[in-house]
Amino acid sequence: MSLTSETTGGTQIITVHSDRIDAAMAIQFKEDMRNEAQGDNARVILNLTHVEFIDSSGLGAIVAAMKQLGNGRRLDLAGLHPFVEKVFRLTRMDTVFKLFASLDDALSAPTD
Amino acid sequence: MSNCNCLDLSFVATEAEASLGIARLSLCLEEKGLPGHKAGDVKIALAEAINNVVEHAYAGITPARVQVHCRFHQNWLDILISDTGMPLPGFCIPEGIPAALGETIDELPEGGFGWFLIHELTSDIRYERKGGCNRLSLRFDFPDSG
Repeated sequence: MSLTSETTGGTQIITVHSDRIDAAMAIQFKEDMRNEAQGDNARVILNLTHVEFIDSSGLGAIVAAMKQLGNGRRLDLAGLHPFVEKVFRLTRMDTVFKLFASLDDALSAPTD
Repeated sequence: MSNCNCLDLSFVATEAEASLGIARLSLCLEEKGLPGHKAGDVKIALAEAINNVVEHAYAGITPARVQVHCRFHQNWLDILISDTGMPLPGFCIPEGIPAALGETIDELPEGGFGWFLIHELTSDIRYERKGGCNRLSLRFDFPDSG
């Protein structure tokens, strides 16, 4: 699991460089997210463009990553592969996170 | 689809081996002709079922092998997952009620979706405990193919 991070206009973009987030990597992912998202940007976009598969443990790790942000900071998700989006939709987590088809969509969305 | 319509794979029930095994199974199932519109459902349900074996059947005991046997039929796919771990609680398939989302971010569940997803994505689930083995059968119908 490797994550890279960049900041643009007060928004932090964290990109996941793995084709899956599953039970075997969920704990490491949570830990890596804790380290990467230590800044104080109000909005963090998790770029999932490279992720083709996620299971419920991976989903739980993303939920945990949002909780870790705390203080009203927001975690949006971008670049969801159809299988990944389906897991969010079935578990109704699509009502909790803002999902964007691409990173560009996420960046051009009006901030509220 | 090739002449042989079966696929067998086994691996040790650890998280790392299961991750590799699930990825390998997903790839092989597509090569065997798993319809594209069903691929996501099968991969997700299969992963959840195997993760349950790793996390629960072998919890606190030395993990042995999980065996996965897939058989393609004209309009459906059967997947049998066998292990020698502990039985499902009460020898029953859990109902799979999804975890409640709660009222605040801190209340959001970080788990409890596995069986819910398996129920949602399969056409039929069967379980039997026989000779010290768990045998979980998942069936996926492909009504639009064939």
